[in-house]
Amino acid sequence: MTIAATSSFVLNRRHLLGIEGLSRDEIIGLLDLAEEFVDLNRQIEKKRASLRGRTQINLFFESSTRTQSSFELAGKRLGADVMNMAVGSSAMKKGETLIDTAITLNAMHPDILVVRHHASGAVELLAQKVDGSVINAGDGAHEHPTQALLDALTIRRNKGRIEGLIVAICGDVLHSRVARSNIILLNALGARVRVVGPSTLLPSHVERMGVEVTRDMRAGLQDADIVMMLRLQRERMNGSFVPSTQEYFAYFGLDQKKLAYAKPDALVMHPGPMNRGVEIDSSVADGAQSLIREQVEMGVAVRMAVLEALSRNLPNA
Amino acid sequence: MLSDRRPILLANARIIDPSRDLDFPGDLLIADGVIRDAKRGIGAAGVPEGAEIVDCKGRVVAPGLIDMRAFVGEPGAEYRDTLATASQAAAAGGVTTIICQPDTSPAIDEPAIVDFVLRRARDTAIVHVQPMAALTKGLEGKEMTEIGLLKAAGAVAFTDGTKSVTNAQVMRRTLTYARDFDALVVHHTEDPDLIGEGVMNEGELAARLGLHGIPTAAEAIMLERDLRLVALTGSRYHAASLTCRESIEILRRAKDAGLPVSAAASINHLTLNEIDIGPYRTFFKLSPPLRAEDDRAALVEALASGLIDIVMSDHNPQDVETKRLPFAEAAPGAVGLETMLTAGLRLFHGGQLSLTQLLVAMSTKPAQILGLPGGTLRNGAPGDVIVIDPDISWVLDPAENPSARIRPSTRPDSKAA
Repeated sequence: MTIAATSSFVLNRRHLLGIEGLSRDEIIGLLDLAEEFVDLNRQIEKKRASLRGRTQINLFFESSTRTQSSFELAGKRLGADVMNMAVGSSAMKKGETLIDTAITLNAMHPDILVVRHHASGAVELLAQKVDGSVINAGDGAHEHPTQALLDALTIRRNKGRIEGLIVAICGDVLHSRVARSNIILLNALGARVRVVGPSTLLPSHVERMGVEVTRDMRAGLQDADIVMMLRLQRERMNGSFVPSTQEYFAYFGLDQKKLAYAKPDALVMHPGPMNRGVEIDSSVADGAQSLIREQVEMGVAVRMAVLEALSRNLPNA
Repeated sequence: MLSDRRPILLANARIIDPSRDLDFPGDLLIADGVIRDAKRGIGAAGVPEGAEIVDCKGRVVAPGLIDMRAFVGEPGAEYRDTLATASQAAAAGGVTTIICQPDTSPAIDEPAIVDFVLRRARDTAIVHVQPMAALTKGLEGKEMTEIGLLKAAGAVAFTDGTKSVTNAQVMRRTLTYARDFDALVVHHTEDPDLIGEGVMNEGELAARLGLHGIPTAAEAIMLERDLRLVALTGSRYHAASLTCRESIEILRRAKDAGLPVSAAASINHLTLNEIDIGPYRTFFKLSPPLRAEDDRAALVEALASGLIDIVMSDHNPQDVETKRLPFAEAAPGAVGLETMLTAGLRLFHGGQLSLTQLLVAMSTKPAQILGLPGGTLRNGAPGDVIVIDPDISWVLDPAENPSARIRPSTRPDSKAA
């Protein structure tokens, strides 16, 4: 038995390469559609047939556990045939270029390509060379649109709104595609966005992206409704961008004491995978104010919504 | 260039001699490869028997351009560009002398390689080619090259191409030694450590694109250091490619202090800015990177005031395979020999520069700074002359661009005679 969708939202574009360029209505349309999938995913019968016959290839040039499995489940629950390709271990190692890989896969007629790449702009470049829909699953330090959508869905379900909320994004903004996509999306929906981190981990001119910038967690978390922590990559911890994990945790790690600067009902998010004891303390990560596990659940629903909304726009849909 | 041919009279021209600030309607006579006369009304009567007479119909006649910075792939990267193809692109773009850069493979760091380049150019190129030699052996920034012998072999200046000498002691000694030979030191001013992983101008756009930025300070710091070393050593110094407002201020102070310095800006940095990169267009990935509009405007202003001496093409053709990559992984560089003059005319049509100013920066100044005979229409100067129609617009077709793989261009816009 399959259940028909009630929302008829169509994403009127071929690819989802970033939040940049999406209208407010498109974002809300996707979030509303995702709500349906949240309910569906909590039932025993989780399948729909809307992508039956479609081929979805998950093309990951950079390893990923949660995003890839989330996209895989999303595609399978909608009835698509899903193939995972970890390119780091095959063609690229033999010297094939990104464009040749794209052309090769395209010849196999995938309807949807979900792509992650370590270089900013690489997914857009690949999208120019294929006939199907491309979904950006993260490109370098540029964008990670489905993460921002799942964060927005999580916030909306818990706070009932996004407009007017104060959201503090904390940590390594410089290298974070999650931060960029979230800044654009939250601004589009009327939140007040702050970024907090040591200056070495903030892009120059980040204030031009419509955010308040502070280097101090106390000021940054003041009156915040949402505290969004970012992952600090291991190779950036020891002297290159920050002196040590100890010092980083002392000033920017989220523990109960720092969380107390935020509103009493503030909620904590993290895109994962977490470095416990580096950017976030276990008592916060696993505490009552944490939404981290719910983010993972919303991830599958949002990716189903994106797949569904894009597939409605595919030829022969 | 015309030494083997019969005399030629360029009649009914608008003659611009940037070396003397002359701009008048007249005729120009070339015989035995040198300019014999340029004045009003030479006419058919005044020319030797058998001379070819070309009616220029009021088009501009000017000295051929001297491009102070072109990266030619020969020897070692002939798939990108050869002395022959670069010279064809140059001829189509009005460039009659190419100053090629030493970062070839092998690098031009020994007199025998200078000799090789000069001989290859003599045999295959259709315009003059003058090589710069390496400033340090293997362009490694560690040991100075044989500046005296290289200069004697024909090197017109000394540079490490797109690399900066980071060791200030090496730079100081090399500058000091170069002064004894009155050799010109040309330097790429970018601190490689500050460039780091950077691939474009640091700023809002890089932040939005998620690309690592290169701060203007990477250039300003190196230029400031160099100019202090020039103050210490008194050597002749030329900043190879300036891109930002900060550098202009540093340059102004050095010139005000009377230091023997000059500077160039590439035609790319004078006519494009970082916004042209748009959605990761790797064809606009350059080294040094395209800067903000404010910096571009400052460069144009400095060019108009004469603070920036030279406009060069920064011709650096890349194989398409090294450009069809994600932005951070793509090679920097763009073609320029064929398009420098046409792009420069944008500044003329935009009212920011006169034609004479443009020609000073592309011809007279490079000749003076490098000690070459061109850049002027005085009697006895080499017959390297170009005819320009400043009002023809055209589109560059990659299939016809010699530097993007052979085939000579026949674009009429600006022709080398």
